[in-house]
Amino acid sequence: MTEATVGILPGADLRPMGGATKERILVAMSGGVDSSVAAALLRSEGADVVGVWMRLHDGADARSEFRKSCCSLDAADDARRVAGQLDIPFYILDLEREFEATVLEPFLADYLRGETPSPCVPCNTYVKFGALLARARHLYDCDAVATGHYARVATAAHPDAPAVLRHRLLVGRDADKDQSYFLYGLRQDQLARTRFPLGDLTKGEVRSQARALGLATAEVPESQEICFVPGGDYREVLREKAGWKETPGPLVDDGGDVIGQHRGVAAYTVGQRSGLGVALGERRYVASLDPAANLVRLGRREDLLRTSFVTDEASFVAGSPPAEDAFEADVRIRHRAPLVSARVRRLGERRWSVHTEAPVWAPAPGQAAVFYAGSEVLGGGRIARA
Amino acid sequence: MPIYLDHAATTPLRREALEAMLPFLTEAFGNPSSAHSLGRRARAALDEARDSLASDLHADPRELVFTSGGSEAINLALKGAAWAAKARGNQIITTAAEHHAVLHATRHLGKFGFEVIELPVDRYGRVDPEDLAGALTERTILVSLIAANNEVGTVQDIDELVRRVREHRGVVVHLDAVQAAPWMDVNPSALGVDLLSIAAHKLEGPKGAGLLYVRRGTVLLAQIHGGTQERYRRAGTENVAGAVGMATAYHLCAAEREETIARVRRLRDRLRDAVLALGGLEMTGHPRDRLPGHLSVVVPGAEGQSIALALDLEGIAVSTGSACATGSTEPSHVLTAMGYPPEEARGSLRMSLGRSTTEAEIAVAAAVIPQVITRLRAASEMVTADPFGMGGAA
Repeated sequence: MTEATVGILPGADLRPMGGATKERILVAMSGGVDSSVAAALLRSEGADVVGVWMRLHDGADARSEFRKSCCSLDAADDARRVAGQLDIPFYILDLEREFEATVLEPFLADYLRGETPSPCVPCNTYVKFGALLARARHLYDCDAVATGHYARVATAAHPDAPAVLRHRLLVGRDADKDQSYFLYGLRQDQLARTRFPLGDLTKGEVRSQARALGLATAEVPESQEICFVPGGDYREVLREKAGWKETPGPLVDDGGDVIGQHRGVAAYTVGQRSGLGVALGERRYVASLDPAANLVRLGRREDLLRTSFVTDEASFVAGSPPAEDAFEADVRIRHRAPLVSARVRRLGERRWSVHTEAPVWAPAPGQAAVFYAGSEVLGGGRIARA
Repeated sequence: MPIYLDHAATTPLRREALEAMLPFLTEAFGNPSSAHSLGRRARAALDEARDSLASDLHADPRELVFTSGGSEAINLALKGAAWAAKARGNQIITTAAEHHAVLHATRHLGKFGFEVIELPVDRYGRVDPEDLAGALTERTILVSLIAANNEVGTVQDIDELVRRVREHRGVVVHLDAVQAAPWMDVNPSALGVDLLSIAAHKLEGPKGAGLLYVRRGTVLLAQIHGGTQERYRRAGTENVAGAVGMATAYHLCAAEREETIARVRRLRDRLRDAVLALGGLEMTGHPRDRLPGHLSVVVPGAEGQSIALALDLEGIAVSTGSACATGSTEPSHVLTAMGYPPEEARGSLRMSLGRSTTEAEIAVAAAVIPQVITRLRAASEMVTADPFGMGGAA
């Protein structure tokens, strides 16, 4: 036994090795290269790093004869190996119930009512920087949660109240990899305890750091899939988890003519082109979905251009909007879509209308509309049904 | 080094066993089946290990089959005996509080025409001999019982249970003695069982070495086919060093058992008193008929996983007694069988002491564990009240 452990007595600070001044940071490690390098960077900066792999759903579990979900997830194993290489503690945390309530169930409900969810947004707001951060702070005595997101937090004294810190959410330096779109729901209290060690790095730099450190995940390929939709087809998840069945209905042209049959409203997304099974000469896109009437409306490409739409459930990183009634911002209506200048006007408590200078194509109800001022994320909301 | 209170999971290899093993991992590397001098040396060591274990178990050396560990011994016992007796009947009786090695092996057999009965257990994890007697029929071919439970430490009344089985003819009895072997004299002929499984690493022997006792006259079908090793009952080049290490560890364990039990039980009781003094938590398993180094509790309102994690960060290694490798917090089947509702079963924590546990370690553990449980209980209340950390949103 070491002297340090003998020294732990009731009432004493339980932080081991006299590390009371050292920041303890919990890193959400997915088993990918980004969060691996995030953990490595914090470790090299001297932080007291704890690695965690979140068990969020049973989608990726190997099936055994007796349990539908147990044993040997490759991603968890990869994360565990990296934690071993970095010589940091590593745990698997079960947040399945929290994930189901805030991400999976709303995801299924959105599709069933004809909307297109952005599940990564609530996962960041309620799971990673919600449930995980709450546990990190209260149960594991950690100061912050870190992830491998490409985004930055800038902290400075508030201009109006120098004693108060203001945390700004900024895009990642790597414009190609920027993930700030999915983080717009974070609040000040969350950003205060958030670390994005990759914010100033490019993906290439992260990859070469991983290689230089010989991390087990250095060559793990990029994943573009939604993590709980392993095959990439969300309809499978709808069938399995929500009992969704194909419910064919009319496919209606812009003139109102029925031109075919669809498979069920939940199988379509506004702006979708492929899979319509109709040959109309000119390309048609899904223009809108009407679950009540079980109707899928099509349009030509230009029919889906919009210069205004409404957002609901808006939130602002600063805690309040830049102005009470209206403000100018650049808006992004889906991940990686270009920024477009817009005037944002208040319609209600958390409801705002967005008027864009140039048309945007196919804003899809359920997707996030995120407001930027330069490289700063102001906030965002859910695109509402027209 | 952390304070290690997880001896039910595994134990450190004791120095004497390591030293006995080293020659067979280095210069005496021969295959016991080889005819040359190196082979003969390995064969002699294997024979000696078998003789030593047979003597300690009051068995005949030919009744011992070396395996790769407890799970393999159990699988050979259950599958081997079930298939061998298929012509006589198809019913297998076990209990709901077995280790997964038994439950999953018998459920696997259930897919091939065997009828598997899992007897209920009481609040302490014990089987009622009347339930066993009532379940036995003329079709019963095999009964498998756990001598002492790995999760809650409860020791079964093996004598009485075996006596009930013996009222029927032709039933093979297997005893899973993996957890019990370090602490009890698991003499198979005195216990009256036909098959008995042991794992070396639970008693300070090496991992990857186990033993199945097969009473003479008990017919088993081999589950690993190949060479003639282990009298055709288990093919594969023998793990000579493992067998030697197991024999050394078992012999010392048995010789020191009485002294070890007295000391470890006193330390366990001290830790138990310190933990239970917190109030509001419950010891699981039988209060008296339990393994001397074993302490298991449920902490209502907290997750065992979180407490174990927080203790690990404080340098104390314990377990939940039910953790799955992927961190699923599905409640333990043992506590569920004992009647604990899922929300209570999630709060399970297991502290298991061993021969090498020291006074000084228990002094620290008895101070730190209650402190961490107290902190985690309070924190869990906060997290339960505000699971998504929305408190800061105001």
